Amino acid sequence: MAGISTEAGTRGAPLTVADLRPGAGRRRREWIVRRTLFGAAALSVVINLLIVLTLFDGTLDFLRRVDLRLLWTDGWFPRRGLFDVRTIVAGTLLVSVVAIVVAAPLGLGAAMYLSEYATRRSRRWLKPILEILAGIPSVVMGYFALTWISPNIMQRFFGAGAFSLGAAGIGVGILITPLVASVAEDAMFAVPGSLREASVGLGARKRHTTLRVVFPAAISGIVAALILGLSRAIGETLVVAIAAGATGGSLFTLDVTQPGQTMTAAMTALATGSDQVKGASEAFPSLFFVGTLLFFMTLALNVTSERFVRRVRRRY
Amino acid sequence: MVSRATADGMSATAVAVARALQGRRRDVAGAVFRGVLLLGLLIALLVLATLLVDVFRTGFPVYRDRGIDFLTSNVSSLPERAGVRQGIVGSLTIVVFVVLLAIPLGIAGAVYMEEYARDTRLTRVINANIRNLAGVPAIVYGLLGIALFVQLKAMQPITGGRSVISGGLTIAILVLPIVVITSAEALRAVPLSIREAGFGVGATRWEVVRSHVLPYAAPGIFTGTVLTLARAFGETAPLILIGASTGFLQTSSGSLIERLQGPYTALPTIVYNFSTRNLRAFKASTAAAIMALLAILLLVNATAIVLRNRYERKW
Repeated sequence: MAGISTEAGTRGAPLTVADLRPGAGRRRREWIVRRTLFGAAALSVVINLLIVLTLFDGTLDFLRRVDLRLLWTDGWFPRRGLFDVRTIVAGTLLVSVVAIVVAAPLGLGAAMYLSEYATRRSRRWLKPILEILAGIPSVVMGYFALTWISPNIMQRFFGAGAFSLGAAGIGVGILITPLVASVAEDAMFAVPGSLREASVGLGARKRHTTLRVVFPAAISGIVAALILGLSRAIGETLVVAIAAGATGGSLFTLDVTQPGQTMTAAMTALATGSDQVKGASEAFPSLFFVGTLLFFMTLALNVTSERFVRRVRRRY
Repeated sequence: MVSRATADGMSATAVAVARALQGRRRDVAGAVFRGVLLLGLLIALLVLATLLVDVFRTGFPVYRDRGIDFLTSNVSSLPERAGVRQGIVGSLTIVVFVVLLAIPLGIAGAVYMEEYARDTRLTRVINANIRNLAGVPAIVYGLLGIALFVQLKAMQPITGGRSVISGGLTIAILVLPIVVITSAEALRAVPLSIREAGFGVGATRWEVVRSHVLPYAAPGIFTGTVLTLARAFGETAPLILIGASTGFLQTSSGSLIERLQGPYTALPTIVYNFSTRNLRAFKASTAAAIMALLAILLLVNATAIVLRNRYERKW
């Protein structure tokens, strides 16, 4: 290091703190680097502000143009000026509920097995299954939901049509399973071994130790995993856009065997193909309105989930 | 941790105690329970296998009949002529934006948060912002991209509206928080003693970071970064909003800037396009495009895993 004076050492005099103090040039460079790095970190705040600003601006624009009574009608048909919020919120919730029904048992089962039963060696083989699954792009899962899940599950067992909210929900469920599993596994892994030992010492079997000691001790993290999964399911776009159908619009429905429209699918439909709309009508600004709804729903869920995770951390 | 010696949640003592208490009785219900838990993983594996086999069986004939032609042909309305060349080019261009923008900025942000920031209110605000951004649905970034790069008059001369530049910038913003979070994790894994040794000989904070912390954290940062690239490659939703052409685009010639500002498409967008327009005619092409997408992702991920296994060190 060029800036450090080594003369003191060579002359035999003891090295003091003053000898190590950086010179003006090094201090200046330090200051510049620090500022630059801070700028990079602060960028996230700027991006967040820009997102909120964009969403609010577009939403205000939309609300000013649209007849507010049309936000509560029979269905979501943006090109005809019908913007029933209930339809797309209900569609989103249906898909998310189906997704959680699929992902909760799969993800929590996998997490419990990996954390409590798997040996170090079998973990090396089992964990990559979830990691590879997590790496499948959602557009691929959308294709799979439409061409495999829909005919082999929804049409065969539930009498659904080619497009259905249920098929999309199952696809989304598989997509969020690795996330649920990994957050839940972290939570169970964090439970101290002493709790398990105490349980075993009382004569409890492994199964009881897992279900009645480890599971309750990790419950905050498990709830966090499910909420995070729900948040991801609500924001999931491509699976729904491909497999749920109803790209032109949809009537209000609570039937998962029917095609339907979710918030995210409504947005892609607005942005593509048959529904490509130009700035003049109110259909384009409705994109931002739906986006705002989506943003705040997922934000609320993420914040809640984080609360739960923090509770686990504080305890152990 | 001593108590986690066997990695399945119990210490050797606990296992011995459990055995002594249970004697030789077989725990049938316990074995069933264990099987049910394992089922979660097996179903995941089954789904994965079904997906891959299904895609391969449907898509393979395209490669058998046309060979490399499918990868080098342009998008077309005729399934027998349609290819994915523009998609691969578009996706690779987007990845270049991520590599040039998101990765350096993300690592810099992570270095600040881990090495420089003290626990102040401002730090906590920045931290909350990063974590919030990581949870924002991808499609919302598409809206930001529309407003910032497509509609904003000041940006149009640079981006050219709905172009691969707009798409690349949007995806770069999308993956930025992920780069920050994974890099911060890698930095946190470097032991404090390494830094203290550096400070002890009079190095400034940046000198310590540059010549000690970053080199030690590099494998972890690199692995995380490569995985981010895979994410960027497969991301579709924001691109659909930013107008990655879902129709059929002409191959424009012209200067590099002109091509970057022109209409574009990306590989996952082509998959979306094929599977929503006319799936019956395009089913084989869709599966073939998915095979190309998955092959690239597999290559990227395998690289990351190999690098991790080679360079990862335990402290």
